[in-house]
Formats: sequence, C-alpha cells, structure tokens
Amino acid sequence: MELFDSIILILDATLRNATPLIFAALAGMFSERSGIVNIALEGKILISAFAGASAAYYTGSPWMGLLAGIMASVVFAQLHAFATVTHNGDHVVSGLAINILAAGLTAAVGNYWFSQGGNTPNLVSRAEELNARFEPIVFPFADALADVPIIGGIYSELLSGHYILVYLAFLAVPLCWFVLFRTRFGLRLRATGENPQAVDTAGISVTQVRYLALLVCGVLAGFAGVYLAVALTAQFSPNMSAGKGYMALAALIFGKWRPKTTMLACLLFGALQAIADRSQGAIIFGFEVPVQLVEALPYILTVVLLGGFIGRAVAPKAIGKPYVKERA
Amino acid sequence: MTAQTHSAAEYALELRGIDKHFGAVHANKNIDLKVEKGTIHGIVGENGAGKSTLMSIIYGFYEADQGDIAIDGQVLKIRDSKTAIASGIGMVHQHFMLIQNFTALENVVLGAESGELIDDSLDKARTELNRLSDEFGLSVPLDQPVEELSVGFQQRIEILKALYRGARILILDEPTGVLTPQETEHLFKVLDSLKAQGTTVILITHKLREILAATDNVSVMRRGEMVAHVKTAETNQEELAELMVGRKVLLQVDKGDSAPGDVKLSVRNLSMTDSAGVKRLDNVSLDVRAGEIVGIAGVSGNGQSELLETLAGITPVDSGTIDLNGHTLDVQHPMNPSQVRKAGIGHIPEDRHRMGLINTFSAYEAFVLGYHRNHEYNGALQMKQGAIIEDCKEKMERWDVRPQDPYLKTANFSGGNQQKLVIAREIEQNPDVLLIGQPTRGVDIGAIESIHKRILEMRDAGKAILLVSVELDEIRSLSDRILVMFDGTIVGEVPADKADERTLGLMMANIVPDDIKALQAEEPA
Repeated sequence: MELFDSIILILDATLRNATPLIFAALAGMFSERSGIVNIALEGKILISAFAGASAAYYTGSPWMGLLAGIMASVVFAQLHAFATVTHNGDHVVSGLAINILAAGLTAAVGNYWFSQGGNTPNLVSRAEELNARFEPIVFPFADALADVPIIGGIYSELLSGHYILVYLAFLAVPLCWFVLFRTRFGLRLRATGENPQAVDTAGISVTQVRYLALLVCGVLAGFAGVYLAVALTAQFSPNMSAGKGYMALAALIFGKWRPKTTMLACLLFGALQAIADRSQGAIIFGFEVPVQLVEALPYILTVVLLGGFIGRAVAPKAIGKPYVKERA
Repeated sequence: MTAQTHSAAEYALELRGIDKHFGAVHANKNIDLKVEKGTIHGIVGENGAGKSTLMSIIYGFYEADQGDIAIDGQVLKIRDSKTAIASGIGMVHQHFMLIQNFTALENVVLGAESGELIDDSLDKARTELNRLSDEFGLSVPLDQPVEELSVGFQQRIEILKALYRGARILILDEPTGVLTPQETEHLFKVLDSLKAQGTTVILITHKLREILAATDNVSVMRRGEMVAHVKTAETNQEELAELMVGRKVLLQVDKGDSAPGDVKLSVRNLSMTDSAGVKRLDNVSLDVRAGEIVGIAGVSGNGQSELLETLAGITPVDSGTIDLNGHTLDVQHPMNPSQVRKAGIGHIPEDRHRMGLINTFSAYEAFVLGYHRNHEYNGALQMKQGAIIEDCKEKMERWDVRPQDPYLKTANFSGGNQQKLVIAREIEQNPDVLLIGQPTRGVDIGAIESIHKRILEMRDAGKAILLVSVELDEIRSLSDRILVMFDGTIVGEVPADKADERTLGLMMANIVPDDIKALQAEEPA
C-alpha cells in the first residue's frame, strides 16, 4: 500500500510539474508551426509570472493576476513578432533578447516596487488579510471517498484538488489540436510554417498569420507563467521560470510539433522531475542516487531520443526563415 | 450580349505602361500588352527579359511602379494576390506554390476556405475538383501528401487550384520545364479545353517550338521591353528567336561526324542510395570514348544529377566501379573532387549557383576555384594575385565574357556570362574527360549558341564528353549517342540519328519502342 501511495504522490506531482510545460509547449507549437522559432518562451513565462503575481498582489484577485500575466506575455510575443515578422530579424537572436529583457526587467521593476530583492510579497498573508492565490478545486465527494482503497487514492488524491489551471492545461491540448488541424486558421498557420510563399500567392497575408500565431502563443505562455507564480507558489521570485521555457521547447521537438505527443513528452518530463524530487537521498543497491543525475534526465533523454531513437523529428520547413519576397 | 459590352470586354487583360524597378535593375520598361479573351497568348523572351516579373505584377505578387492593369476592360489596382485572385486571375508558378506535406485537397482549399472550419471546405472542394478533373482531364490523387506525387501531378494541382478559385485568366510560367514531351502534350490539350470553355491562357516559355504549337498570339520581350506582338500563325522559330535576341541566331549547330577513340570514362554497375534511403542510381553502366559526346536525357530528378555528382567525386559510390581516365574509383578506392580533377576530369556542375560559383567572389577568384592549389597560382606563401588576375583577363578575352572586369563580383554577371566563367574555367584546364550538366540553363539564346560551339570544339579536339541536360533539343543537337535515364536506371540507348522527340519522350517515361529494342538486341553493349 505504501508503494501505491508513493506512485499516486509521484503521479500527482507529475501533473503539477507538467502543467506549465504543457501551456508553454502549446504556446511554442503555435509559434513554431507558423514558422517562428520560439526560444523566447522562457522570457514570456517569466514576464507573465511577474505581471501575474504583481497584479494579484495589488488587486487581491488571482483572476486579475491571470489577466495581467496574459497581457504582459502577449505584449512580449507581439514584440517578438515585430522583430521577426515586420523587420525580418533573426528569430533566435530576438528570442534571446526577449529572455534577457524579461529577466532584467522583472528583477529591476520588482525591486523598485516591492524592495524585496526582486521578489513580490507573498500572495497569501494573514497580516494583510490577503489571499490572491488560486484555490485548489476539490471534486464532489472527494473527502468522503478519500479512505476507499485504490479509488480514493486515484480520485481524491490524484484527480481532485488541483488548481484550475492544471485542468485547463489538459483541456487546452485537444482544443489546440482542434484549432490547428480542423480550422481555417490552423490550416493557414501550418501552411505558413511550411511554405510562406505559397501562402502569400494563395492570397493570404503571411504577416497577419504570424502575428496572430504569436498572439495565441502569448496567451498560452501567459497561463504558464501565472501558474508558476500565482498557483504553484504564491510569490514571484527572480528567474523562477528556471529553464521551463527551454524544457517546453524540448518537449515540443520531442513531441514532433503535435499536440498529443507533446503533452506526453511534458508528462514524461514532469514525471522525471517528480521522481527526482522524491528520490532525494534514496538508496538503491546501497548507493545514494545523485539527485543531479535524476534532474538532468529530461535533458539527457531529449538529446538521446532526438538523436535517433524516435526517428527524425521533422520541423516545419520554413521555420526560422524570415519571409522576404524574393526576386524571381 | 450587346455589341457595346462585347467591345468593352474584347480583351481579357490589358496592360498599359507597366514599369518596374528592383533597385538599379529596370525589370519592366513601359510594357503594353493586350490579351484577347478566350485565346492562348504566348510570351517569349530570354531569361531575365522580365517575363516572370511582369506576370508577378499581374498576379499581385509585386506592385508596379507605374502603369495600369485592366481586366475585362476595367482598370484595377492589384496590390496583392488576393485582389488578383478575386479578379479572376490564376497563376501556375515555375516553382510550384504547394505545401509539400498537405494533401492535394488541402492545398486547393488553402486560402479559398468556405468557412471557419475546414471539414466543410474539404467536402465542397472534393465534389468540385472531381467535376473539374473530369471536365478537363486533370485527375489527381486528392488525399495523398503532395510530396509523394510526381511533378506532373503537382502541376495539375496548381492548375486545379486556380480553376477552383474561378480563374478566367490562367497564367502559366515555364510550365513544361519539368515535364516529359507526352506530359507536355497532355498539358496543351488541357489548355485547349480550357480555352474552349472561354478561359484565357497566358503561357510563358523560352521554348519556341511550344509557343508555335500551343498559342494563338505571341508577344516577345527583350531586356525588360515588349518588342513585338505577332499572330502565331504568321511567324516562325527563326523570326521569334531573332526578335528575342535582337540579332540573327543559328538555332541548329553544324556538327560534323564524330571520330570516337579509346574509352576514357567507363562506368560499370554503379549504384547509389541517398541519406533518406532512396535508391538514386541503380546498376548504371556506360562508356564514353574520346572524341564523342554522350548525352543523358531524362526528366529532371531521375538520377542524372546523382550520376554526375558521383562521377565528379562529390557523392561517394555505394557499389560498382568507375574508370576515370585510367584511375579506378569505387568503394575501396574513393576519390574526392580534387583527386578527380587531377585525374584529368573537368566538371561543369548542373547548378552553377549551388556548386559552380561563389556569388560574392570576384571573377578572378571564380576562375581558380577548385584549381587554387595549382602551382602556377601559388607562390611560396601567398597566392600570386597578379598572375591570377592576368590569367583571368586573358581567359575572359578568349571566352568573350562580358563585362571584361576581373574584379566584378560573380553575382553581377548575367546568367550566360556566369556560365561562361564556369565552362571556361573547366575547359581551360584542358581535361581529357568533361562532365557537363545543364550547360545552358538560364542562359540566353545568343550565349547558348557560343557555348554549344565550344562544346563541339572540345569533342573535335578529342575529349570524351558526358552531357546531362533536360533540354531535349540540346541533347539532340549535340550528342552522338543518347542514353535515357528513368528512376536511376538507364532505359536504353539511341543513336543521334534515330532520336526523334517521340522516341525519347516514351523512353523518358520508361517505355522502350520496339525499333530501339531491336537495335539494342543487334549490338549488345
């Protein structure tokens, strides 16, 4: 029974860990499927975490935090579009610029506003009578069923009791699939990532499609950031995104730019993270497992698996190339 | 229809004073053009004459600096392709505008969706496409990704795309470059039935024979200007060629008999598989003797490029042996391009931009590429800049490369002169065997004439020449023997005097006519 409980706890943590990755990877999917390399996910997550936590603190409402976080991330995404689409800038360079800007801006403004070394104040504070964090959603009868063997564990522990954003992340996966593969917008977006010239000659504005793609990307990345600062923890701290944007990008490539497989990749990375967290000091065959090794697993796995095990990941053909009308 | 509306809409398309600059390049100069409704109108001109630019302006891909476009007598401002499509203009580009991993159906629907969700659009398109393909003989597999289809099918999809959008004026830019003669014939039949239904067709090509075969009227462009409009029935190839070039040109090269000597290049059972696991060359065997030109015909992409690259040492051999002028090249004895050159092989690559030249280099640097280790160009430490430039001046003079400026960047020469740079470089090294790929691709007619003459001179000087070209006319006029490739194999050999277009066309589609079969049975290789 102890093993079962451990597994449930690890799976529970997996869902929590995977949530920001899923949002961010889906955000990256919209951008990369339209042809824009999105190494800037990291910066978008960070800025939305900061904006979300700040707004939640000042308004006392996590929902206002969500709104502000999304808006901040959208502004950054449109900035990215301005650089890469309007001015044909290099996608990676402008993406890095956005990441650096986000890291610097959040720390500096945070320190100026709150004077706590870049942190925002805690969003839950009895002294200030403040509770601006998202509340877990407890399913009906979760308490009553908690003691039932197996079912109690799965229902009450694993499925019930997450923040609403966790459920939204998993709902977003089929939704994004539908948008990408069943709507006109999705068809045009995917076409733009493959052959923008063909899209242009079909009478569709490449610029418009790419701006819209980055708009959606901004919204989704906003969810990821706000989840980190207003749900998972109740505070923004500098660089709290801690590489999640890059990890989401790896999951996106690992998942071959498809929603379901990308979600599975996020879950795998989340599970490895959960195992790493739980295996601190664990002893196997008389050796203490180095935590660093387990933590490095997602990255090692990405390299190894992309290196050939899953077959070649075929990126959208026009990815990373600014669209300039060439002289025939 | 009243007489008045009839006269107003006599011309499906009318251009008045179209002018377009790209930076310093004046691509279109004050162009006037009238295209009668329901006709097939040809536009000929050499590469770089401004045909494609003009068509892209009509299609809204570029915007003209000046001038008016009138569709059915009404002046329209066409700022983007969307407006052009809405005005009933459809275009089949030279390089197909298809999303490779989309199906035919999705490609057709893209940009012409009927609603927010695509399922309805796809269903609607399927019905309509079935109707169109029955009507015009344009059947294509609708549900396969385009990348798996042949270029012939891809072109049909492009035509269907335009028709699905209700095109009443269909522009085709160099549509036959990738087709077999039979496919070309079919395309012209399709165009005829479109014409019969009232569609106006504009056909752009540099192949004069096709213009004569398919069009009602012809307009000729030269250096950005429209120089003539003639009725097809009242003109001929010579006149059109003269109008295109601006002087008399010899279309047929005078070729004496060949005097083949020893075998200089011999290929036995050569096979090659590319990195994607596709077999590109399958058991290819051939011989080229000194003093003869062996032509390789075939639709582009049937292994000709791979054959050349393998012989030149660029792609490693998988199996089989090559005897290059007495040097063996096989799996045990690999050679790199520089060793191949040392063995006395000259290689004029098919694509001068990808392999023959570095665009940002000056002409004198272009002349030593690949031969930069030669001692005459090198001192103890530095390259002999002065000697290289002198050498370049001399060769430019001899080959009539214009302008004769050794310092000019390669990119700033015209296509024909760039090609001369490459050909001169290889031939001046006096190789025993010449591998020549597409010697006149993107080269104007005047320059084609002189390049062909040089190639024949090389033959008469006793060089063994392997010529790959997708231009059947070129193959036929230069080669002494013709081998046809299909899907990585050599389908058969035809002596030059038996090589009519029909025979070659069939063989390019992997059908060997009986008389050729009999011929090969007689004298086994």
